[in-house]
Amino acid sequence: MSLLELQRQFRDHLLDAPSPIADRIDGDSTADGLAVYHHAYRAQLVACLGDTYEKLWAWLGDDAFRAAAERYIAAHPPQSWTLSDYGSAFPAVLAELYPDDPDVAELASLDWTLRRAFDGEDASPITAGDLAAVDWETARFRFTPTLQIFPIRTNCAAIWNALALDETPPAATCLAEPAAIRVWRRELAPQFSSMDACEYDSLSRLQEGANFSELCAHLGDTLGEAEATLTIGQLLGRWLQDELVIAIA
Amino acid sequence: MPESIIPPFQGYGLGLRPPHYQEVLARDLPVDFFEVISENFMVKGGRPLTMLDAVRERYPVALHGVSMSIGSADGLRPEYLQRLKTLADRVQPLWVSDHLCWTGIEGFNSHDLLPLPYSEAAMETVCANVHQAQEALQRPILIENPSSYVAFADDEMTEWGFLTELCRRTGCYLLLDVNNIYVSAVNHGFDPLAYIAGVPAERVRQVHLAGHSQGRGRLIDTHDQPVPDPVWALYKAASRRLGPVAAMIERDDDIPPLDDLLAEVALARGYAANAEACAA
Repeated sequence: MSLLELQRQFRDHLLDAPSPIADRIDGDSTADGLAVYHHAYRAQLVACLGDTYEKLWAWLGDDAFRAAAERYIAAHPPQSWTLSDYGSAFPAVLAELYPDDPDVAELASLDWTLRRAFDGEDASPITAGDLAAVDWETARFRFTPTLQIFPIRTNCAAIWNALALDETPPAATCLAEPAAIRVWRRELAPQFSSMDACEYDSLSRLQEGANFSELCAHLGDTLGEAEATLTIGQLLGRWLQDELVIAIA
Repeated sequence: MPESIIPPFQGYGLGLRPPHYQEVLARDLPVDFFEVISENFMVKGGRPLTMLDAVRERYPVALHGVSMSIGSADGLRPEYLQRLKTLADRVQPLWVSDHLCWTGIEGFNSHDLLPLPYSEAAMETVCANVHQAQEALQRPILIENPSSYVAFADDEMTEWGFLTELCRRTGCYLLLDVNNIYVSAVNHGFDPLAYIAGVPAERVRQVHLAGHSQGRGRLIDTHDQPVPDPVWALYKAASRRLGPVAAMIERDDDIPPLDDLLAEVALARGYAANAEACAA
Protein backbone atom coordinates (compact mmCIF):
# COMPACT_ATOMS: atom_id res chain seq x y z
CA MET A 1 0.00 0.00 0.00
CA SER A 2 1.30 3.47 -0.83
CA LEU A 3 2.09 5.94 1.95
CA LEU A 4 -0.58 8.26 0.55
CA GLU A 5 -3.24 5.57 0.79
CA LEU A 6 -2.20 4.70 4.34
CA GLN A 7 -2.38 8.36 5.33
CA ARG A 8 -5.81 8.70 3.73
CA GLN A 9 -7.00 5.74 5.79
CA PHE A 10 -5.54 7.26 8.96
CA ARG A 11 -7.21 10.60 8.18
CA ASP A 12 -10.53 8.86 7.60
CA HIS A 13 -10.19 7.17 11.00
CA LEU A 14 -9.66 10.56 12.67
CA LEU A 15 -12.69 11.97 10.85
CA ASP A 16 -14.98 9.06 11.77
CA ALA A 17 -15.25 7.95 8.15
CA PRO A 18 -15.12 4.21 7.36
CA SER A 19 -11.47 3.17 7.39
CA PRO A 20 -9.57 -0.14 7.28
CA ILE A 21 -6.55 1.49 8.97
CA ALA A 22 -6.66 -1.00 11.86
CA ASP A 23 -5.56 -3.69 9.37
CA ARG A 24 -2.36 -1.75 8.78
CA ILE A 25 -1.44 -1.50 12.46
CA ASP A 26 0.98 -3.94 14.02
CA GLY A 27 0.43 -5.39 17.49
CA ASP A 28 -2.36 -6.58 19.73
CA SER A 29 -3.52 -3.25 21.16
CA THR A 30 -4.36 -1.61 17.86
CA ALA A 31 -7.69 -0.15 18.91
CA ASP A 32 -6.26 1.51 22.03
CA GLY A 33 -3.41 3.06 20.08
CA LEU A 34 -5.64 4.40 17.35
CA ALA A 35 -8.02 5.71 20.02
CA VAL A 36 -5.23 7.90 21.43
CA TYR A 37 -4.94 9.71 18.11
CA HIS A 38 -8.71 9.84 17.61
CA HIS A 39 -9.15 11.44 21.02
CA ALA A 40 -6.15 13.80 20.74
CA TYR A 41 -7.40 15.20 17.43
CA ARG A 42 -10.71 16.31 18.92
CA ALA A 43 -9.32 17.33 22.30
CA GLN A 44 -6.82 19.66 20.68
CA LEU A 45 -9.47 21.33 18.54
CA VAL A 46 -11.88 21.72 21.45
CA ALA A 47 -9.03 23.31 23.44
CA CYS A 48 -8.23 25.58 20.51
CA LEU A 49 -11.83 26.77 20.25
CA GLY A 50 -11.96 27.18 24.02
CA ASP A 51 -8.87 29.35 23.93
CA THR A 52 -10.08 31.52 21.05
CA TYR A 53 -13.68 31.75 22.24
CA GLU A 54 -12.94 32.20 25.92
CA LYS A 55 -15.77 34.62 26.74
CA LEU A 56 -18.27 32.66 24.67
CA TRP A 57 -17.29 29.54 26.62
CA ALA A 58 -17.92 31.34 29.92
CA TRP A 59 -21.27 32.61 28.58
CA LEU A 60 -22.53 29.25 27.30
CA GLY A 61 -21.09 27.09 30.08
CA ASP A 62 -19.02 23.92 29.68
CA ASP A 63 -21.66 21.53 28.38
CA ALA A 64 -23.23 23.80 25.78
CA PHE A 65 -19.85 25.05 24.60
CA ARG A 66 -18.46 21.56 24.24
CA ALA A 67 -21.57 20.40 22.35
CA ALA A 68 -21.29 23.33 19.93
CA ALA A 69 -17.54 22.82 19.54
CA GLU A 70 -17.90 19.11 18.80
CA ARG A 71 -20.58 19.81 16.24
CA TYR A 72 -18.35 22.40 14.62
CA ILE A 73 -15.31 20.11 14.60
CA ALA A 74 -17.30 17.31 12.97
CA ALA A 75 -18.39 19.62 10.15
CA HIS A 76 -15.19 21.68 9.78
CA PRO A 77 -11.95 19.67 9.69
CA PRO A 78 -8.97 22.03 9.97
CA GLN A 79 -7.25 22.95 6.74
CA SER A 80 -4.69 25.61 7.63
CA TRP A 81 -1.19 24.89 8.92
CA THR A 82 -1.89 27.14 11.89
CA LEU A 83 -4.41 26.56 14.63
CA SER A 84 -4.86 30.33 14.75
CA ASP A 85 -7.03 30.01 11.66
CA TYR A 86 -9.28 27.37 13.18
CA GLY A 87 -12.77 28.41 14.14
CA SER A 88 -13.43 31.21 11.66
CA ALA A 89 -16.90 29.86 10.84
CA PHE A 90 -17.84 29.13 14.46
CA PRO A 91 -19.92 32.32 14.81
CA ALA A 92 -21.96 31.36 11.72
CA VAL A 93 -22.53 27.85 13.08
CA LEU A 94 -23.59 29.30 16.44
CA ALA A 95 -26.05 31.58 14.65
CA GLU A 96 -27.68 28.44 13.24
CA LEU A 97 -27.54 26.59 16.55
CA TYR A 98 -29.01 29.51 18.51
CA PRO A 99 -31.37 31.28 16.07
CA ASP A 100 -33.32 32.92 18.90
CA ASP A 101 -30.24 34.03 20.86
CA PRO A 102 -28.25 36.39 18.62
CA ASP A 103 -26.08 37.31 21.62
CA VAL A 104 -24.31 33.94 21.29
CA ALA A 105 -23.02 34.42 17.74
CA GLU A 106 -22.28 38.10 18.38
CA LEU A 107 -20.20 37.26 21.44
CA ALA A 108 -18.38 34.68 19.31
CA SER A 109 -17.69 37.27 16.61
CA LEU A 110 -16.24 39.57 19.25
CA ASP A 111 -13.97 36.82 20.60
CA TRP A 112 -12.85 35.90 17.08
CA THR A 113 -12.07 39.40 15.85
CA LEU A 114 -10.20 40.30 19.03
CA ARG A 115 -8.06 37.18 18.62
CA ARG A 116 -7.34 38.09 15.00
CA ALA A 117 -6.34 41.60 16.04
CA PHE A 118 -3.89 40.18 18.62
CA ASP A 119 -1.27 39.11 16.08
CA GLY A 120 -2.45 41.06 13.05
CA GLU A 121 -0.26 43.31 10.97
CA ASP A 122 1.52 46.21 12.69
CA ALA A 123 0.82 49.76 11.50
CA SER A 124 1.62 53.33 12.47
CA PRO A 125 -1.38 55.61 13.02
CA ILE A 126 -1.42 59.19 11.82
CA THR A 127 -2.14 62.09 14.13
CA ALA A 128 -3.99 65.39 13.77
CA GLY A 129 -0.66 66.95 12.84
CA ASP A 130 -0.54 64.87 9.66
CA LEU A 131 -3.78 66.37 8.32
CA ALA A 132 -2.40 69.69 7.17
CA ALA A 133 -1.26 68.42 3.77
CA VAL A 134 -4.42 66.43 3.00
CA ASP A 135 -6.37 67.28 -0.17
CA TRP A 136 -9.85 66.65 1.27
CA GLU A 137 -11.58 66.74 -2.11
CA THR A 138 -10.00 63.46 -3.18
CA ALA A 139 -8.78 62.05 0.13
CA ARG A 140 -9.25 58.36 0.77
CA PHE A 141 -8.75 56.74 4.17
CA ARG A 142 -6.56 53.78 5.03
CA PHE A 143 -7.38 52.21 8.33
CA THR A 144 -5.18 50.09 10.58
CA PRO A 145 -5.11 46.55 9.09
CA THR A 146 -6.48 44.96 12.26
CA LEU A 147 -9.70 47.00 12.07
CA GLN A 148 -12.81 44.84 11.70
CA ILE A 149 -16.39 46.01 11.96
CA PHE A 150 -19.67 44.15 12.25
CA PRO A 151 -23.28 45.02 13.10
CA ILE A 152 -24.86 43.86 16.35
CA ARG A 153 -28.41 43.54 17.65
CA THR A 154 -27.69 42.71 21.30
CA ASN A 155 -25.78 43.95 24.35
CA CYS A 156 -22.93 41.51 23.55
CA ALA A 157 -20.37 44.23 24.31
CA ALA A 158 -21.63 44.66 27.88
CA ILE A 159 -21.72 40.89 28.33
CA TRP A 160 -18.14 40.55 27.04
CA ASN A 161 -16.88 43.34 29.29
CA ALA A 162 -18.52 41.85 32.39
CA LEU A 163 -17.05 38.42 31.64
CA ALA A 164 -13.61 39.98 31.12
CA LEU A 165 -13.83 41.59 34.55
CA ASP A 166 -15.08 38.34 36.10
CA GLU A 167 -18.33 40.08 37.01
CA THR A 168 -21.84 38.72 36.68
CA PRO A 169 -22.83 39.50 33.10
CA PRO A 170 -26.12 41.24 32.35
CA ALA A 171 -28.97 39.27 30.80
CA ALA A 172 -28.92 39.27 27.02
CA THR A 173 -31.16 41.94 25.58
CA CYS A 174 -31.80 43.37 22.15
CA LEU A 175 -30.62 46.95 21.59
CA ALA A 176 -33.22 49.65 20.99
CA GLU A 177 -31.28 51.02 18.01
CA PRO A 178 -29.13 49.29 15.38
CA ALA A 179 -25.48 49.37 16.38
CA ALA A 180 -22.14 47.89 15.50
CA ILE A 181 -18.74 47.08 16.89
CA ARG A 182 -15.30 47.92 15.70
CA VAL A 183 -12.33 45.80 16.79
CA TRP A 184 -8.72 46.84 16.28
CA ARG A 185 -5.34 46.78 17.97
CA ARG A 186 -3.81 49.87 19.51
CA GLU A 187 -0.06 49.29 19.82
CA LEU A 188 -0.04 45.75 21.28
CA ALA A 189 -3.49 45.78 22.89
CA PRO A 190 -6.55 44.43 21.01
CA GLN A 191 -9.66 46.41 21.85
CA PHE A 192 -13.18 47.12 20.72
CA SER A 193 -15.70 49.92 20.80
CA SER A 194 -19.43 50.13 20.16
CA MET A 195 -20.62 52.32 17.29
CA ASP A 196 -23.96 53.83 16.34
CA ALA A 197 -25.43 53.17 12.91
CA CYS A 198 -24.06 56.43 11.48
CA GLU A 199 -20.45 55.66 12.43
CA TYR A 200 -20.80 52.09 11.16
CA ASP A 201 -22.18 53.29 7.84
CA SER A 202 -19.47 55.93 7.49
CA LEU A 203 -16.66 53.53 8.33
CA SER A 204 -18.09 50.91 5.97
CA ARG A 205 -18.25 53.37 3.09
CA LEU A 206 -14.66 54.52 3.62
CA GLN A 207 -13.42 50.92 3.97
CA GLU A 208 -15.15 50.08 0.71
CA GLY A 209 -13.27 52.85 -1.09
CA ALA A 210 -15.48 55.94 -0.92
CA ASN A 211 -13.45 59.13 -0.67
CA PHE A 212 -13.94 61.84 1.93
CA SER A 213 -16.02 64.17 -0.23
CA GLU A 214 -18.33 61.28 -1.22
CA LEU A 215 -18.86 60.50 2.46
CA CYS A 216 -19.54 64.18 3.23
CA ALA A 217 -22.07 64.33 0.40
CA HIS A 218 -23.82 61.21 1.68
CA LEU A 219 -23.98 62.52 5.22
CA GLY A 220 -25.20 65.89 3.92
CA ASP A 221 -28.06 64.14 2.10
CA THR A 222 -29.09 62.11 5.15
CA LEU A 223 -28.38 64.50 8.04
CA GLY A 224 -28.41 67.99 6.50
CA GLU A 225 -25.32 70.14 5.96
CA ALA A 226 -24.90 71.47 9.47
CA GLU A 227 -25.39 68.13 11.20
CA ALA A 228 -23.17 66.38 8.65
CA THR A 229 -20.29 68.81 9.24
CA LEU A 230 -20.55 68.34 13.00
CA THR A 231 -20.77 64.54 12.67
CA ILE A 232 -17.83 64.15 10.30
CA GLY A 233 -15.68 66.27 12.60
CA GLN A 234 -16.60 64.13 15.58
CA LEU A 235 -15.97 60.88 13.72
CA LEU A 236 -12.62 62.03 12.38
CA GLY A 237 -11.54 63.17 15.82
CA ARG A 238 -12.58 59.87 17.40
CA TRP A 239 -10.88 57.74 14.76
CA LEU A 240 -7.63 59.69 15.10
CA GLN A 241 -7.75 59.51 18.87
CA ASP A 242 -8.37 55.75 18.74
CA GLU A 243 -5.45 55.33 16.31
CA LEU A 244 -7.61 53.78 13.62
CA VAL A 245 -6.30 55.78 10.67
CA ILE A 246 -2.91 55.05 9.11
CA ALA A 247 -3.16 57.28 6.04
CA ILE A 248 -5.40 59.89 4.40
CA ALA A 249 -4.27 60.64 0.88
CA MET B 1 21.68 24.90 0.29
CA PRO B 2 24.63 27.23 1.10
CA GLU B 3 24.90 26.24 4.77
CA SER B 4 25.31 22.51 5.25
CA ILE B 5 26.81 22.38 8.73
CA ILE B 6 25.21 23.33 12.03
CA PRO B 7 27.97 23.93 14.57
CA PRO B 8 27.43 22.30 17.97
CA PHE B 9 26.07 24.53 20.71
CA GLN B 10 26.41 23.38 24.29
CA GLY B 11 23.89 25.06 26.52
CA TYR B 12 20.85 24.48 28.68
CA GLY B 13 17.60 26.05 27.71
CA LEU B 14 13.89 26.32 28.12
CA GLY B 15 10.82 26.41 25.93
CA LEU B 16 9.54 29.99 25.94
CA ARG B 17 5.85 30.05 26.91
CA PRO B 18 3.46 33.04 27.14
CA PRO B 19 2.93 32.92 30.94
CA HIS B 20 6.65 33.60 31.40
CA TYR B 21 7.16 36.34 28.79
CA GLN B 22 7.38 39.27 31.19
CA GLU B 23 9.50 37.45 33.74
CA VAL B 24 11.93 36.27 31.07
CA LEU B 25 12.53 39.86 30.04
CA ALA B 26 12.61 41.26 33.57
CA ARG B 27 15.09 38.82 35.11
CA ASP B 28 18.63 37.72 34.40
CA LEU B 29 18.10 33.98 33.97
CA PRO B 30 20.58 31.09 34.12
CA VAL B 31 19.43 29.93 30.70
CA ASP B 32 21.68 29.62 27.65
CA PHE B 33 18.96 29.64 25.00
CA PHE B 34 15.22 29.63 24.49
CA GLU B 35 13.23 27.52 22.10
CA VAL B 36 9.98 28.83 20.65
CA ILE B 37 7.16 27.16 18.77
CA SER B 38 7.69 28.49 15.25
CA GLU B 39 4.02 28.62 14.26
CA ASN B 40 3.16 30.91 17.20
CA PHE B 41 5.44 33.52 15.67
CA MET B 42 4.70 33.00 11.97
CA VAL B 43 2.26 35.87 12.30
CA LYS B 44 1.99 39.35 10.86
CA GLY B 45 2.67 41.40 13.98
CA GLY B 46 1.53 42.27 17.47
CA ARG B 47 2.74 41.09 20.85
CA PRO B 48 4.20 37.68 19.86
CA LEU B 49 6.80 39.08 17.47
CA THR B 50 7.54 42.04 19.74
CA MET B 51 8.26 39.65 22.61
CA LEU B 52 10.32 37.35 20.43
CA ASP B 53 12.48 40.23 19.19
CA ALA B 54 13.10 41.32 22.79
CA VAL B 55 14.01 37.81 23.91
CA ARG B 56 16.27 37.33 20.89
CA GLU B 57 18.19 40.48 21.81
CA ARG B 58 19.23 38.73 25.02
CA TYR B 59 19.38 35.01 24.22
CA PRO B 60 20.04 32.62 21.34
CA VAL B 61 16.75 31.18 20.07
CA ALA B 62 15.92 27.83 18.45
CA LEU B 63 12.83 27.52 16.22
CA HIS B 64 10.78 24.40 16.83
CA GLY B 65 7.87 23.66 14.52
CA VAL B 66 4.85 21.39 14.74
CA SER B 67 3.22 21.84 11.33
CA MET B 68 5.82 21.20 8.64
CA SER B 69 4.42 17.68 8.19
CA ILE B 70 7.70 16.29 6.91
CA GLY B 71 6.10 12.89 6.30
CA SER B 72 3.15 13.99 4.16
CA ALA B 73 2.90 11.84 1.06
CA ASP B 74 1.62 14.80 -0.95
CA GLY B 75 4.60 17.02 -0.12
CA LEU B 76 5.20 20.20 1.82
CA ARG B 77 3.31 23.47 1.46
CA PRO B 78 5.48 26.18 -0.13
CA GLU B 79 3.54 28.93 1.65
CA TYR B 80 4.35 27.36 5.01
CA LEU B 81 8.04 27.08 4.15
CA GLN B 82 8.11 30.68 2.97
CA ARG B 83 6.56 31.92 6.22
CA LEU B 84 9.05 29.84 8.21
CA LYS B 85 11.93 31.22 6.16
CA THR B 86 10.74 34.76 6.86
CA LEU B 87 10.71 34.01 10.58
CA ALA B 88 14.13 32.34 10.46
CA ASP B 89 15.58 35.33 8.60
CA ARG B 90 14.22 37.58 11.34
CA VAL B 91 15.35 35.46 14.30
CA GLN B 92 18.64 34.06 12.99
CA PRO B 93 18.04 30.96 15.12
CA LEU B 94 20.49 28.37 16.37
CA TRP B 95 18.56 25.97 14.15
CA VAL B 96 15.11 25.06 12.86
CA SER B 97 13.50 21.78 13.91
CA ASP B 98 10.31 19.80 13.38
CA HIS B 99 9.08 16.26 13.97
CA LEU B 100 9.36 12.94 12.19
CA CYS B 101 5.65 12.67 11.56
CA TRP B 102 2.89 13.85 9.29
CA THR B 103 0.13 16.21 10.37
CA GLY B 104 -2.14 16.12 7.33
CA ILE B 105 -2.63 15.48 3.64
CA GLU B 106 -4.69 16.83 0.77
CA GLY B 107 -5.76 20.00 2.52
CA PHE B 108 -6.57 18.38 5.85
CA ASN B 109 -4.44 19.26 8.89
CA SER B 110 -4.96 17.26 12.08
CA HIS B 111 -2.66 19.49 14.16
CA ASP B 112 -1.38 16.29 15.74
CA LEU B 113 1.94 14.51 15.24
CA LEU B 114 0.72 11.43 13.39
CA PRO B 115 2.91 8.32 13.08
CA LEU B 116 4.79 7.21 9.98
CA PRO B 117 5.55 3.65 8.94
CA TYR B 118 9.28 3.10 9.04
CA SER B 119 9.47 1.70 5.53
CA GLU B 120 11.62 2.41 2.48
CA ALA B 121 8.61 4.02 0.78
CA ALA B 122 8.16 6.40 3.71
CA MET B 123 11.91 7.04 3.74
CA GLU B 124 11.81 8.20 0.14
CA THR B 125 8.93 10.57 0.88
CA VAL B 126 10.53 12.00 4.01
CA CYS B 127 13.90 12.43 2.28
CA ALA B 128 12.29 14.32 -0.60
CA ASN B 129 10.45 16.55 1.86
CA VAL B 130 13.55 17.19 3.98
CA HIS B 131 15.44 18.17 0.84
CA GLN B 132 12.59 20.51 -0.12
CA ALA B 133 12.55 22.10 3.36
CA GLN B 134 16.31 22.51 3.51
CA GLU B 135 16.36 24.11 0.07
CA ALA B 136 13.52 26.48 0.96
CA LEU B 137 15.04 27.41 4.32
CA GLN B 138 18.59 27.50 2.97
CA ARG B 139 19.84 25.55 5.98
CA PRO B 140 19.87 21.99 7.31
CA ILE B 141 17.05 21.19 9.70
CA LEU B 142 16.79 19.11 12.85
CA ILE B 143 14.28 16.26 12.94
CA GLU B 144 12.80 15.21 16.29
CA ASN B 145 11.62 11.73 17.24
CA PRO B 146 7.92 11.78 18.21
CA SER B 147 6.08 9.70 20.78
CA SER B 148 3.90 7.10 19.13
CA TYR B 149 1.02 4.87 20.09
CA VAL B 150 0.85 2.53 17.12
CA ALA B 151 3.37 0.68 14.95
CA PHE B 152 2.64 -0.29 11.36
CA ALA B 153 2.61 -3.65 9.67
CA ASP B 154 4.67 -1.94 6.93
CA ASP B 155 7.57 -1.17 9.30
CA GLU B 156 10.87 -2.38 7.90
CA MET B 157 13.28 -0.76 10.35
CA THR B 158 13.48 0.72 13.83
CA GLU B 159 12.77 4.38 14.43
CA TRP B 160 16.40 5.04 15.26
CA GLY B 161 17.46 3.15 12.15
CA PHE B 162 15.09 5.31 10.11
CA LEU B 163 16.51 8.51 11.62
CA THR B 164 20.08 7.36 11.05
CA GLU B 165 19.41 6.67 7.38
CA LEU B 166 17.50 9.94 7.04
CA CYS B 167 20.53 11.88 8.31
CA ARG B 168 22.79 9.99 5.93
CA ARG B 169 20.64 10.67 2.89
CA THR B 170 19.69 14.30 3.55
CA GLY B 171 22.38 15.82 5.77
CA CYS B 172 19.75 16.75 8.34
CA TYR B 173 20.47 16.72 12.07
CA LEU B 174 18.57 15.27 15.02
CA LEU B 175 16.70 16.63 17.99
CA LEU B 176 16.38 13.76 20.44
CA ASP B 177 13.40 13.97 22.75
CA VAL B 178 14.42 11.66 25.58
CA ASN B 179 10.91 11.60 27.00
CA ASN B 180 9.53 10.57 23.62
CA ILE B 181 12.07 7.76 23.40
CA TYR B 182 10.97 6.56 26.83
CA VAL B 183 7.25 6.83 26.03
CA SER B 184 7.58 4.97 22.73
CA ALA B 185 9.90 2.36 24.30
CA VAL B 186 7.29 1.54 26.93
CA ASN B 187 4.44 1.61 24.40
CA HIS B 188 6.19 -0.57 21.82
CA GLY B 189 8.39 -2.66 24.09
CA PHE B 190 11.83 -1.74 22.79
CA ASP B 191 14.95 -0.96 24.79
CA PRO B 192 15.41 2.83 25.09
CA LEU B 193 19.13 2.35 25.65
CA ALA B 194 19.37 0.56 22.32
CA TYR B 195 17.72 3.64 20.76
CA ILE B 196 20.27 5.96 22.41
CA ALA B 197 23.10 3.67 21.32
CA GLY B 198 21.73 3.45 17.79
CA VAL B 199 21.45 7.09 16.78
CA PRO B 200 24.37 8.85 15.05
CA ALA B 201 25.72 10.89 17.99
CA GLU B 202 27.53 13.33 15.72
CA ARG B 203 24.22 14.40 14.13
CA VAL B 204 22.42 15.20 17.40
CA ARG B 205 22.32 18.94 18.06
CA GLN B 206 19.62 19.17 20.73
CA VAL B 207 17.89 17.16 23.43
CA HIS B 208 14.37 17.68 24.75
CA LEU B 209 13.45 16.76 28.32
CA ALA B 210 9.81 16.52 29.34
CA GLY B 211 7.23 14.54 31.26
CA HIS B 212 4.35 12.27 30.32
CA SER B 213 1.18 10.75 31.72
CA GLN B 214 -0.02 7.21 32.28
CA GLY B 215 -2.87 6.40 29.92
CA ARG B 216 -4.94 3.23 29.61
CA GLY B 217 -2.38 0.56 28.91
CA ARG B 218 0.23 2.97 27.58
CA LEU B 219 2.11 6.18 28.28
CA ILE B 220 0.83 9.39 26.75
CA ASP B 221 3.20 12.16 25.73
CA THR B 222 1.50 15.08 27.43
CA HIS B 223 4.53 17.29 28.14
CA ASP B 224 2.55 18.60 31.11
CA GLN B 225 4.54 17.07 33.97
CA PRO B 226 7.97 17.53 35.51
CA VAL B 227 10.69 15.36 33.99
CA PRO B 228 10.30 12.00 35.79
CA ASP B 229 13.10 9.82 37.11
CA PRO B 230 13.15 7.28 34.25
CA VAL B 231 13.57 10.12 31.74
CA TRP B 232 16.36 11.66 33.82
CA ALA B 233 18.04 8.24 33.90
CA LEU B 234 17.80 7.99 30.14
CA TYR B 235 19.15 11.54 29.81
CA LYS B 236 22.20 10.55 31.86
CA ALA B 237 22.79 7.66 29.47
CA ALA B 238 22.24 9.97 26.50
CA SER B 239 24.72 12.50 27.91
CA ARG B 240 27.37 9.82 28.17
CA ARG B 241 26.72 8.70 24.61
CA LEU B 242 26.29 12.11 22.98
CA GLY B 243 28.82 14.21 24.87
CA PRO B 244 28.21 17.95 25.18
CA VAL B 245 24.96 18.81 23.41
CA ALA B 246 22.29 21.47 23.89
CA ALA B 247 19.45 20.31 26.14
CA MET B 248 16.25 21.95 27.28
CA ILE B 249 13.12 21.52 29.33
CA GLU B 250 10.05 21.39 27.10
CA ARG B 251 6.85 22.05 29.04
CA ASP B 252 3.77 22.50 26.85
CA ASP B 253 0.84 22.40 29.27
CA ASP B 254 0.04 23.01 32.94
CA ILE B 255 2.85 25.53 32.83
CA PRO B 256 4.36 25.88 36.35
CA PRO B 257 6.15 28.92 37.81
CA LEU B 258 9.32 29.80 35.90
CA ASP B 259 11.53 28.90 38.85
CA ASP B 260 10.24 25.30 38.81
CA LEU B 261 11.41 24.95 35.24
CA LEU B 262 14.72 26.68 35.99
CA ALA B 263 15.32 24.07 38.68
CA GLU B 264 14.90 21.38 36.02
CA VAL B 265 17.29 23.25 33.71
CA ALA B 266 19.82 23.25 36.55
CA LEU B 267 19.33 19.51 37.04
CA ALA B 268 19.98 18.87 33.35
CA ARG B 269 23.10 21.00 33.51
CA GLY B 270 24.33 19.09 36.55
CA TYR B 271 23.65 15.63 35.11
CA ALA B 272 25.41 16.50 31.86
CA ALA B 273 28.41 17.95 33.71
CA ASN B 274 28.61 14.78 35.76
CA ALA B 275 28.51 12.63 32.65
CA GLU B 276 31.24 14.76 31.11
CA ALA B 277 33.39 14.46 34.25
CA CYS B 278 32.95 10.68 34.27
CA ALA B 279 33.94 10.51 30.62
CA ALA B 280 37.11 12.58 31.22
